[in-house]
Amino acid sequence: MDFKESRPIYLQIADKICGEILTGKFAENERIPSVREYASGLEVNANTVVRSYDFLQNKDIIFNKRGIGYFVAEGAAEKILQMRREMFMNEQLKDFFNEIDILKISINEIVELYNQRNKS
Amino acid sequence: MIVINDLKFNYAKHEVFDNLSLTFNEGKIYGLLGLNGAGKSTLLYLMSGLLFADKGKIEFNGYDVTKRNPKALADMFLVPEEFELPRLTFEKYVELNAPFYPNFRYETFEKCLQGFNMSADIRLDKLSMGQKKKAFMCFALAANTSLLIMDEPTNGLDIPSKSQFRQVVSSCMNDERTIIISTHQVADVQNLIDHITIINDKKAVFDYSVIDITEKLCFTTEKIENPLFTQEVFGGQLSVCKRQNENDETPLNIELLFNAVLADSKKINEVFNN
Repeated sequence: MDFKESRPIYLQIADKICGEILTGKFAENERIPSVREYASGLEVNANTVVRSYDFLQNKDIIFNKRGIGYFVAEGAAEKILQMRREMFMNEQLKDFFNEIDILKISINEIVELYNQRNKS
Repeated sequence: MIVINDLKFNYAKHEVFDNLSLTFNEGKIYGLLGLNGAGKSTLLYLMSGLLFADKGKIEFNGYDVTKRNPKALADMFLVPEEFELPRLTFEKYVELNAPFYPNFRYETFEKCLQGFNMSADIRLDKLSMGQKKKAFMCFALAANTSLLIMDEPTNGLDIPSKSQFRQVVSSCMNDERTIIISTHQVADVQNLIDHITIINDKKAVFDYSVIDITEKLCFTTEKIENPLFTQEVFGGQLSVCKRQNENDETPLNIELLFNAVLADSKKINEVFNN
């Protein structure tokens, strides 16, 4: 896995797991790999993956069955989509608006392009 | 656990350590960093009981390492930077040496061999430096000692082997083990280690876990006010600064941290002390 320089590694790993839930690699109520298996596969320290799993557990995306392992929570995929939507609205869209302001592109132009794209 | 207390060590008239104290705990992979000649290898040899301090004490799980108690030696392993292996097949070597390590696990040995794409019927004296290193690390990891020390383990490894090295170490790690890796190749171990210890000018000048570091410090390419340290890089600059709020966590940049600590260790340590 290639890690980006700007986002904490544990969050990048959490993103990867979320992606794997969305694509169906890990189904709801299914067990995900143990911390150590996952860490070894990514060649990272297990404590980093512990942080990723803790983070996902706090977001109710995975849950822990004591002594058995971590499982994908019910409704996890929908929750992830919701989280991503929020992130998109709060971060990428803000940057996008800033950028079109700087470049003096009107929102109507963007809307037109968007509609054209959906027609073709 | 290994505890170094008020260590002093000289090579003839050259003073290497003075008043050095450090503790290494279980369940962690330590990255030991320092300039050439800072004494990294010397420190590792002192911890293994291969060199004796002029003053101070090193205890490993309660044993004075200079006494070389067999119980202590059976529970620690050192992979030096350079070494020779005997004229034996790997199988024979394991047969002769595994009994010295009561926790030796053949399963782990097989797993490591597989991880490095090696087989046990090779002749150890016929191997290239990189192959020799991988073979010895397989044995070291399988010895399953609570202390494993590796001096520049990725030197001489080819590109895929470095990746295999990280996988193998990560999968052999557990909460009872302490792994200490000394290295200059920080990129090789960047995400593998969870604690950074820097020695410089005869002392330990920095000793914090990666979690503490990323909680207190930011590593950024953005221009910021009052950086703790800045260095010019191709196409811009890199800075270390104090973390300001909840949402600005950045990944650790070990190289940048190392340069910052060497430039002014006091300034960096102050951030951790309050």
